[in-house]
Amino acid sequence: MTASTLTPATRTPQRIDPSAVVARTTSRSSLQATWVQILAMAWRALKKMRRKPEQFFDVLIQPLLFTAMFAFIFGGAISGSVSNYLPILIPGILAQTALTVCMATGVQLREDMDKGVFDRFKSLPIARIAPLAGPMIADLLRYGIASVLTLLTGLLIGYRPGGGVVGCVAGVALTVIAGWSLAWIFTWLGTMARSAQSVQGISMMIMFPLTFLSNAFVPAQTLPGWLEAFVKVNPVSHVVSAVRDLFNDGAVTAEVGWAVIGCAAVVAIFAPLAVRSYSGKM
Amino acid sequence: MADLSAVRADSLVKSFGDFRAVDGIDLHVRQGEIFGVLGPNGAGKTTMLRMLATLLPIDDGHAEIFGVDVRREPHRIRQLVGVTGQDVSVDEDLTGRENLRLFARLQGLTSTRAKSIAGDLLERFDLQEAADRPLSQFSGGMRRRLDLASSLITRPPLIFLDEPTTGLDPRSRGQMWTTIRELVTDGSTILLTTQYLDEADQLADRIAVIDRGRKVAEDTPDALKTQVGDSTLQLRLADGSDTALAVDVVRRLLGEDPVLTPESGRMNVPLSDPDRAADVLIGLREAGLGISSVSVAKPTLDEVFLTLTGHGADEPQMEAAR
Ligand SMILES: Nc1ncnc2c1ncn2[C@@H]1O[C@H](COP(=O)(O)OP(=O)(O)OP(=O)(O)O)[C@@H](O)[C@H]1O
Ligand SMILES: [Mg+2]
Repeated sequence: MTASTLTPATRTPQRIDPSAVVARTTSRSSLQATWVQILAMAWRALKKMRRKPEQFFDVLIQPLLFTAMFAFIFGGAISGSVSNYLPILIPGILAQTALTVCMATGVQLREDMDKGVFDRFKSLPIARIAPLAGPMIADLLRYGIASVLTLLTGLLIGYRPGGGVVGCVAGVALTVIAGWSLAWIFTWLGTMARSAQSVQGISMMIMFPLTFLSNAFVPAQTLPGWLEAFVKVNPVSHVVSAVRDLFNDGAVTAEVGWAVIGCAAVVAIFAPLAVRSYSGKM
Repeated sequence: MADLSAVRADSLVKSFGDFRAVDGIDLHVRQGEIFGVLGPNGAGKTTMLRMLATLLPIDDGHAEIFGVDVRREPHRIRQLVGVTGQDVSVDEDLTGRENLRLFARLQGLTSTRAKSIAGDLLERFDLQEAADRPLSQFSGGMRRRLDLASSLITRPPLIFLDEPTTGLDPRSRGQMWTTIRELVTDGSTILLTTQYLDEADQLADRIAVIDRGRKVAEDTPDALKTQVGDSTLQLRLADGSDTALAVDVVRRLLGEDPVLTPESGRMNVPLSDPDRAADVLIGLREAGLGISSVSVAKPTLDEVFLTLTGHGADEPQMEAAR
């Protein structure tokens, strides 16, 4: 970019020439510049994570606790035994954990946006998407940790995925992609809402129906008809089914296709909404 | 293009609901000058700067920076202006060095250049020792310096400084003034706001006085001060004295009316020559008027306001208190 031709501020043999600077200005960030800006914002988010490790509590505790708890409490009732329930449960827990991470994305963005440094981000010539997308790239790490940890807990209490290593890797990858895509909904909420608390509240209201009114923990056919209808269109159900197919059978089924299409649709709708709402806030 | 103005704004307006925070301000900042915007709390200084910096939408009016339209080309404006806001806008969770590197990377510098510029700026702003400490351990003055350093990474031709010395001790304030003068030597233009007349006086080539969203005066510091007097004789008459008589005495001696302040029995007498203070005191004694306190001071912002607008700078608060 043009800026790289500038001399450092202390050694200033050259006087600033405003008309030369005006001539160098561009009316928008190039794609490549935008990518560099997103990575710089991701770097910032990683630095903050390293300094505040308590942020990782949700991705560490939830997989461990929920996997063990759900397996031993519901296992017998739903599937007759814990080991029969695990192939249904583990993909469900994965989806739920990913959604929790998504929710934190929105809440943290809102908290972040209230800080003074966002004034500077707004005053810099950077693409408006960079401050939103940067932290989401850093969050890939959180999705990764959460998914692997859930899977490991499962393995520890007796889960033996039929899809083998390849199926597991593919399932975890799909979870990470789905989490990242759905996070745009919560990022959009973060740019709209007035406070971090309200983001938290609204996110909870979205998250609970999405996870519990899905096939994440129980097979859909055990539900009353009207509920089954909702569960079947819930995008989380498709992600969960897709991950089950990958984990348990190592099969790339139509469900995997639906899950990917659903994720792409969510990004296509909510990323522009989020950028628009963020740009309008100034 | 040599006579291109740095800022040219015509009848800028910003309303918050029914309230017009900026109510039709014209501003013309020439290249290479330090332009001071002077005004009390709530005058609309920050709001005006934020509109010019593309941080707030302009409701009405027109603004250009180096000939670039602020409303139509915000991305270009952001490449021309370095903004140091009234509230510190650096990242509290990063160190000083990390902040500078982040802002440099965001503006397209390679990571090696970002590193070297961060080092240079930390040195120039005397922040090396604290460079790798988290910002929570920075003093207010250090944060301000880091904030200013962050605005200078790409050497922008125009720099906005919103109350750059508020909250600084006299020594840091002096250093800030020196830095600001150096920036102009480097070829930058400065638009700064302040609540202090002496700061505007020390730094600015020209001053606009803003009050309640409107510009009430614009001139060189010297011209403004002559309107108010070089120094001011502040008098408090003894209880029960005849204020009207005292006004007559002053008018007879100096050919000018004193400015009555809202406090009863108090008046400020603008003096073009501090020597005339004695004449006024003797005149009052001869008229049989008692004085309870007296001092000679440089004109304060409040006096500039009383003179220019006929009301005190802090009047809204006083009304609210009653
Ligand atoms: N976002 C906002 N919503 C509503 N009113 C606002 C907003 N921002 C500023 N104002 C009002 O606009 C007026 C001008 O505010 P501004 O911050 O521009 O003043 P200022 O001259 O910078 O004052 P100070 O010296 O205190 O910094 C104030 O009365 C303030 O209350
Ligand atoms: Mg202000």
